[in-house]
Amino acid sequence: MTATDHAAHGDHHEDHHALPLWMLVGTWGALMGLTLLTVFSAQFDLGAFDLPIAMGIATIKAMLVLLIFMHLGFDKGFHSLLIFGSLLFVFLFISFTLMDRGQYQGDITVKDSEKLLSD
Amino acid sequence: MSDHGHGDKPFLAHHFEDEDHQFDSGKLGIWAFLVTEVLFFSGLFCAYAIYRSMHPDVFQYAAQALDTKLGAINTSVLILSSLTAAWAVRNAQLGQKKALCLNLAITIACAFGFMGIKYLEYSHKIHLGIIPGNSTEQYLDGAFGEPKAEQVAFVVPQEGEGEEQHAAGGEHADDAAHAEGGGQDHAHELAPWNDPAVDGIQKQNLAIFFAIYYCMTGLHGIHVLLGIVVLVWLLSRALRGHFTPTYYGPIDFAALYWHLVDLIWIYLFPLLYLIN
Amino acid sequence: MTQVDVPVIAPDRPVQHLDHNYINHSKGILSWLLTLDHKRIGLMYLAGISASFFLGGLFAMAIRLELFAPGMQFMSAEQYNQVFTLHGAVMVFLFIIPGIPAALGNVVLPLMLGAKDVAFPRLNLGSFYLWISGAGFFVYTLLTKGLDTGWTFYTPYSTTGNNTAVISATFGVFLLGFSSIFTGLNFLVTIHKMRPPGMTWHKLPLFLWGMYGTAIMQILATPVLGITLLLLIMESTLGIGIFDPNKGGDPVLYQHFFWFYSHPAVYIMILPAMAVISEVIAAFSRKHIFGYRMIAYSSVSIALLSFLVWGHHMFVSSESTLATLIFSAITFSIAIPSAIKVFNWLATLYKGSVALNTPMLYALEFIWLFTIGGLTGLFLAVLSTDVALHDTYFVVAHFHYVMVGGTLFAFFAGLHYWWPKMTGKMYSETSSRLGSIVAFIGFNLAFFPQFIMGSRGMPRRYADYKPDFELFHQLSSVGTAILGVGLAIVAYSLVRSLFSGKKAPANPWGSATIEWECPSPPPHHNFDHPPAATDPYDMERVEWNEEVGGYVPVQGYRPVVHH
Repeated sequence: MTATDHAAHGDHHEDHHALPLWMLVGTWGALMGLTLLTVFSAQFDLGAFDLPIAMGIATIKAMLVLLIFMHLGFDKGFHSLLIFGSLLFVFLFISFTLMDRGQYQGDITVKDSEKLLSD
Repeated sequence: MSDHGHGDKPFLAHHFEDEDHQFDSGKLGIWAFLVTEVLFFSGLFCAYAIYRSMHPDVFQYAAQALDTKLGAINTSVLILSSLTAAWAVRNAQLGQKKALCLNLAITIACAFGFMGIKYLEYSHKIHLGIIPGNSTEQYLDGAFGEPKAEQVAFVVPQEGEGEEQHAAGGEHADDAAHAEGGGQDHAHELAPWNDPAVDGIQKQNLAIFFAIYYCMTGLHGIHVLLGIVVLVWLLSRALRGHFTPTYYGPIDFAALYWHLVDLIWIYLFPLLYLIN
Repeated sequence: MTQVDVPVIAPDRPVQHLDHNYINHSKGILSWLLTLDHKRIGLMYLAGISASFFLGGLFAMAIRLELFAPGMQFMSAEQYNQVFTLHGAVMVFLFIIPGIPAALGNVVLPLMLGAKDVAFPRLNLGSFYLWISGAGFFVYTLLTKGLDTGWTFYTPYSTTGNNTAVISATFGVFLLGFSSIFTGLNFLVTIHKMRPPGMTWHKLPLFLWGMYGTAIMQILATPVLGITLLLLIMESTLGIGIFDPNKGGDPVLYQHFFWFYSHPAVYIMILPAMAVISEVIAAFSRKHIFGYRMIAYSSVSIALLSFLVWGHHMFVSSESTLATLIFSAITFSIAIPSAIKVFNWLATLYKGSVALNTPMLYALEFIWLFTIGGLTGLFLAVLSTDVALHDTYFVVAHFHYVMVGGTLFAFFAGLHYWWPKMTGKMYSETSSRLGSIVAFIGFNLAFFPQFIMGSRGMPRRYADYKPDFELFHQLSSVGTAILGVGLAIVAYSLVRSLFSGKKAPANPWGSATIEWECPSPPPHHNFDHPPAATDPYDMERVEWNEEVGGYVPVQGYRPVVHH
């Protein structure tokens, strides 16, 4: 395919365009910085905020990888729909199971204590 | 293959109209595959979420057996390999054969580095007797009954009435306290695994943490190994000059897979190593 | 690639047969085993799943013979446990799940798109070999060990005691799962990327909409089965404790994991069946399908809703009250898209010129059986009745009406519908119709009494029963025998057609979808040029031609534009 063909097809081929090097290296720098940040923040006991902060930083890193390294920011929308849609199903799976388990955990704890008492 | 019949385009399969058609189909295919990978790992994340939400103290206690420094180094190694993988795609798009091969080689080297560090971590743990599964008895009577127990500075948060029991636990508790030496604000009692004061159910839950640890990192490791196989194959093809600015799909798809392996580690690292 | 020798096409009569077709395209056993041709892979799947169906059927006969009278007849209770487990596992994992998508879908899907092949032919062959290896593990388990956990492998039973059988069987299922994932992935990409010019999403034949919904479920649900079985294998071999209550684990968690896959899997089984029925009903009513968009969207909504109802398998497995309420409510809502389909099929039949060919007979039987199966599902979705009916023959009858009455009958509808295209031969309508009717009668006799005894408290999976249930069990066993006779007639009719059937025309039924435009059987490359797609249910587009004994496109036909 010649260069003119390429241009003529216009926005069909955005994913054939190479990302500039500064963007790749910059993303790498940001990822390394965030890794240091998350290790650093884990030194402190922030109580209930520990997990949300760690997950928040991980999610920012994940978005950087997805959008830039994996070209999702410059790619067809359907690919984003696929991957983010799959996260919705992961969320459903984990949240329903967690909810149910949380609801019947009380019964298990009672059984456990009975077992301990009988031992 | 006899089915490749597009003359000057040796890698264009017969049932596609042109190279763009083939590339787009492959790209959709690899994204759908990554979706299956996300769902595949979701079961482990679900198990993790459940046991952590039920026993947060146990997770906090057990995670100290993991070496944060090695975990952080491995994270950096994977992030570097992600950069070189993305860079390799750029090289392929621009037709830079030498740089492509170099970047693929660095990616493979990083993957081996990652597995090497993983091997150190695993062998250290197995040396300490932290073996996936196995009977709880063996767990406790084996490794943690030995003096090595002090190397695994565990903290069990004890409620008020637990302290009398601990006094009976004797020197083991002191050994562990000495080894731990950390600046915990809480009045946590320190105890090795075989301390009689640690009740049986707590011990079981510790074993479950390590089971989840081994499953998650093990499955991730298997994906790294598969990635190595794919990348070596692509490197050999790149050396033979198979890839051109119009035909670089395999490089792009393998890089996407590799980034997903990195993505999963990005979540595994804080979830397993950084529980305080 | 040698050029396919297509004779010059007479303008008014497309090519009906080719001397050189995909079946005799190349010779030798390797040309089949290593083929990348979707049609040949589909035929190999067909042979494989037919063998599995026969095997599962033998187990079914053994169960019904044992239950013919109270007391133990010729099996021990342990053997009975193994036989019903193998019946369930073989039928579900080896026959029903791959049945329609892998065997019929592989042959038909690219043809319907006017494509030369699926998007990834090598992956397609890989799926087939994954299926073969998975089946191999099953047969190995069958021959060497006793698997007696039930097809669901519930913990802790599956992780305690003699569990080496569980390991080999679950590894087999793991491989079968990946076979299913890759088939779904292949079909998803093929439907997205290989459509012919003019085939917009709203001109996609409904079979493809159904396969698309199925692919979504295969991609999203089956990996969870993979990880569940992997954890189960780890649990059995290493004792990691995640599912083991003795080690602080949670056996109910296994059920959550398993049903997060296996409920969508129920729809992986039925959605392709519905897809086949949509095609057959329209073709044999000689009428545009009624409510095209509603049927298409209901396929996708079934696919998505199927992920929200898995908890209804666990109403009596110590699931919490809150979760049971939510799952019960959502379970009712999934009846809506299923009902939409049934009503649209009935509306298509209304005032159609219905031809009772064999595929149509199966389709009508499907509507009858699926409706009974679907409506009895609502009894089980109600929390109060489910507590009483759970683990009784009522459940057994319900899912047999859906999975056998639904999927098996639709599989036969599709097999008879596309048989002329796949093999190039017409079967005898008389013997095939007879087989279909006998099977239908036998099926109802086998399973309707099970509703009654289930509602009277006959528990499932028991090798023995009280004499009160004897009559129902005997009716059921006699029905199974009649069903077996019916299936034997079906098989005889199809096999005979291979040897003495007359040559099939390109379009024997008068359907308007693209696969009927290529000769029967198709050439290796299906189409020389991608055919232009039109409305797939515009039946006026083709007319009967006495000379070719089939339907041919109407010359100069201009479709009526619907507003």
